[in-house]
Amino acid sequence: MSIELEDIIKPENIVYKKTPVLTDNVMHYCPGCLHGVVHKIIAEVIEEMGIQDKTIGVSPVGCSVLAYNYLDIDWAEAAHGRAPALATGISRLHPEKYVFTYQGDGDLASIGCGEIMHACNRGENIVVIFINNAIYGMTGGQMAPTTLLGQVTATTPYGRDAKLNGFPLRITELIAQLDGTCYVTRQTVHTPAAVRKAKAAIRKAFENTKKDKGTSFVEIVSTCNSGWKLDPIQANKWMVENMFPKYPLGDMKDI
Amino acid sequence: MAKFRGAIVVDKEKCKGCGLCVAACPAKVLDLAKEVNGKGYHYSQMVNPEACIGCASCGLVCPDAVITVYKINVQ
Ligand SMILES: Cc1ncc(C[n+]2csc(CCOP(=O)(O)OP(=O)(O)O)c2C)c(N)n1
Ligand code: SF4
Ligand code: SF4
Ligand code: SF4
Ligand SMILES: [Mg+2]
Repeated sequence: MSIELEDIIKPENIVYKKTPVLTDNVMHYCPGCLHGVVHKIIAEVIEEMGIQDKTIGVSPVGCSVLAYNYLDIDWAEAAHGRAPALATGISRLHPEKYVFTYQGDGDLASIGCGEIMHACNRGENIVVIFINNAIYGMTGGQMAPTTLLGQVTATTPYGRDAKLNGFPLRITELIAQLDGTCYVTRQTVHTPAAVRKAKAAIRKAFENTKKDKGTSFVEIVSTCNSGWKLDPIQANKWMVENMFPKYPLGDMKDI
Repeated sequence: MAKFRGAIVVDKEKCKGCGLCVAACPAKVLDLAKEVNGKGYHYSQMVNPEACIGCASCGLVCPDAVITVYKINVQ
């Protein structure tokens, strides 16, 4: 018996499709940018937990500044680096809501370094999604605190030099030391298995909010193929070879 | 003989031709089209549909959530 495509492509045979928590807007991200994958798994978690009307996101300044166009939930847009402060206010006023920030490495580890430290130290009952692509993507690929030694960016044209530019900041390791955090993990999303793991981590983080456990911090080691000047597949490979040794994956804290 | 048959549908006009799904497919089902969509991207398509096992690897890695995956048991 030969099976035709029409026999397979039927609504009852769907095993994977776009979650309705994602809007139909076309994302503005560059082709292959992993911001989109992270948006998608956050949206899937929100759908699966049935908390679409109880979730409030705080978007950053950075390429994901327009995240509010892509997840059909309530949002606030913070000034650069100030998402944790805004999330603090929102979650204290609405303790029944699921409040999360979505921040890049420039936003969180550079201009917003003080904000995130104190929010995590206070143990605000929020989720932080931290997208570490080792660069300022939005503004054209300048050095970020997380930029690797030797990495060429618009502001380190000869590669990041520790003497001149300091060392790559493993801010997630620092945050794991803070007593306000209950769950601190580093994930990625470049393979199907990694996507599943990262989604499970985000799910755990949102479950922690329900249990009022404090701050859950999920770093996603990510890419910026435009800023890195690589194609999307090469960018994923570069991330594996260069980012993972400096930013090893796994849980740092889970209490 | 394969236990499962799968198929995918790409929202052609929304695909950005990044190729991540092509790289993620374990059965070499996908490739980017020679033609481009309205935005000028070489969209992803099945070039070897009989090999699809409906594993959804392509869908999982697609940053733009434009892949729908179908799967049937053919035992
Ligand atoms: C107060 C202020 N300072 C500087 C900027 C310029 N600026 C916009 S985005 C950005 C950094 C973005 O990098 P990151 O947070 O890593 O996000 P990505 O684009 O890489 O996802 C900077 C410095 C700004 N918009 N506002
Ligand atoms: S500039 Fe970089 S981070 Fe921004 S959308 Fe493009 S690839 Fe993604
Ligand atoms: S469902 Fe699996 S086998 Fe089919 S195209 Fe996608 S990745 Fe390939
Ligand atoms: S991963 Fe998605 S956007 Fe990229 S080529 Fe495949 S279908 Fe198109
Ligand atoms: Mg960045």
